[in-house]
Amino acid sequence: MENQSVLHVKNLSKKFGSFEAVKDVSFSVNKGDVFGFLGPNGAGKSTTIRCLLSLIKPNSGKIELFGKSLATDRAEILQNIGSIIEKPDFYKYLSAQKNLEIFARISGATVTQREIAEMLDFVGLGNRAKDRVKGFSHGMKQRLGIAQTLLHKPDLIVLDEPTTGLDPQGIIEIRNLILRLKAEQNKTILLSSHQLSEIELIANRMVIINQGCSIVEGNVQELLNNEETVVRVEIDSSDKAIELINSNLQISTVDRISATIFEVVMVKSRVPELSKLLVESGLQIQAIEPKRKLEDYFIKIIQS
Amino acid sequence: MLLRNTYNEFIKIVSKPRSFLGFGALTILISLIIFAMKMDGETIVSFITASFEQTLSFNGKIVNGNLIAFIILQMLVVHIPLLVALVTGDLISGEAAMGTIRMLASKPISRTKIVFSKFLAGAIYTLLLTIWLGILSLVVSHLVFGSGDLIVLNSDGLVILQEADILWRFGLGFCVAFLALLTVATLSICFSAFAENSIGPIVATMAVIIVFTIIGSLDVTVFDSIKPYLFTTHMASWRSFFEDPIPFESIYQSIIVLIIHIVLLVLITIFKFNKKDITS
Repeated sequence: MENQSVLHVKNLSKKFGSFEAVKDVSFSVNKGDVFGFLGPNGAGKSTTIRCLLSLIKPNSGKIELFGKSLATDRAEILQNIGSIIEKPDFYKYLSAQKNLEIFARISGATVTQREIAEMLDFVGLGNRAKDRVKGFSHGMKQRLGIAQTLLHKPDLIVLDEPTTGLDPQGIIEIRNLILRLKAEQNKTILLSSHQLSEIELIANRMVIINQGCSIVEGNVQELLNNEETVVRVEIDSSDKAIELINSNLQISTVDRISATIFEVVMVKSRVPELSKLLVESGLQIQAIEPKRKLEDYFIKIIQS
Repeated sequence: MLLRNTYNEFIKIVSKPRSFLGFGALTILISLIIFAMKMDGETIVSFITASFEQTLSFNGKIVNGNLIAFIILQMLVVHIPLLVALVTGDLISGEAAMGTIRMLASKPISRTKIVFSKFLAGAIYTLLLTIWLGILSLVVSHLVFGSGDLIVLNSDGLVILQEADILWRFGLGFCVAFLALLTVATLSICFSAFAENSIGPIVATMAVIIVFTIIGSLDVTVFDSIKPYLFTTHMASWRSFFEDPIPFESIYQSIIVLIIHIVLLVLITIFKFNKKDITS
């Protein structure tokens, strides 16, 4: 059941006047995925997400959620989706609790007052339930947004830039919340973010889109492992290690940085091979750190 | 879902301070009018009746609750549309300005139902404002001035209505006044679907009312053919209930024109809102 498709987007296109914001975007999100939706500013991420939530009508293409077409089963599908688009905006003149009551009433599910209170506790706003949203910080609104998203117990959660504008503490809180949702409730999460390190930490699959087109889709670790990466090694003798590598491993680029530090360009999947060689040689290893992160991969893909 | 969202919309309306501006403004204005009429009402009315006193003799209490209620209605029905538009003009565009439209439109409720629920909530607000106007103008002025026959000055002359023959006229008059205000509310909701800020629809609604009222009052032949179709022409139809005999045919015509306006404006709003890409 793990590979059961929750969301399937095929050849989605949307034009605003003569500007083609989304061109033939296709991707699939499977049940239980934390799916990263990446792209630079203006790539068409928000437009695609708005299409998924029926905020924007696509010009062409197919959107299927839970095996049903969004075009024909909109209400039924949206009952099963919770979302935050860009930033969670609420009725500022109402309290956190009243806001949740408003959205619960039109969520298509029966949500009790107790469930609302529990949800506010879950996101750490239990003691601010009666306070007007007007006085809430951005982080608190974001957490209230998460509460609103989860209130009707949806299977798919769509989070568009949920960490934008948050301080490091807020980013960690949202990250932990997403990980909890995945671990405790096995929710499927579609996560669009500029925080590539966040995506790398929590997403298992991803798609990268640029200029309205989907460029690459797949398992995050597989995509990164198949790419050449810079591995930084801290060791008691760089020279001895480099000699060993040159004679035992077919690696083209090895750069000596200092007497104790050198860098190797290699595919990430060969890192265990390298560490085994160095350990068996009796050299004292302080650190082996693959430097290439999702950011590098992302930039390479976008530039290509 | 429609009723649930109508309830939501009503909660939103009553939670906004601006929704009480109308009630506050009406209370202050009517209190001022009642106070002024209490102080100087006899003098004001004697100016009007002076020209008739050579041929008619006025006995009894001319300045009574019925006359004051009529004067209040006459004075305020022109201004109340602003108070209505202040709230209803914000119903869709306010959500766009606040960003909550994204949350609302991504819920499992159709956009048509969203518009309908906003229209219903706007209608309830307009009704409450009309009832408040009725309570203040009729009940309070009766408490202050007492009851009596109503003397109304029409273009045809004076109409004197018996005390027992007045209340039902006010009742029906308020119903038509409500319909006129509902047309204004629907117009502002319609403008609201085209805008992304709160002020635009309110200003646009008032601009339309002013322009249509000016066209209606201009004695120019070229406008004669369109005047019967302007809703502003029919906004003062409530006054016809204070004529003798009552021109029911003209009132029915006004009611039909106002209802056609409401239906058309709701349909335009639904069409626009359904077509709208929510990018805010």
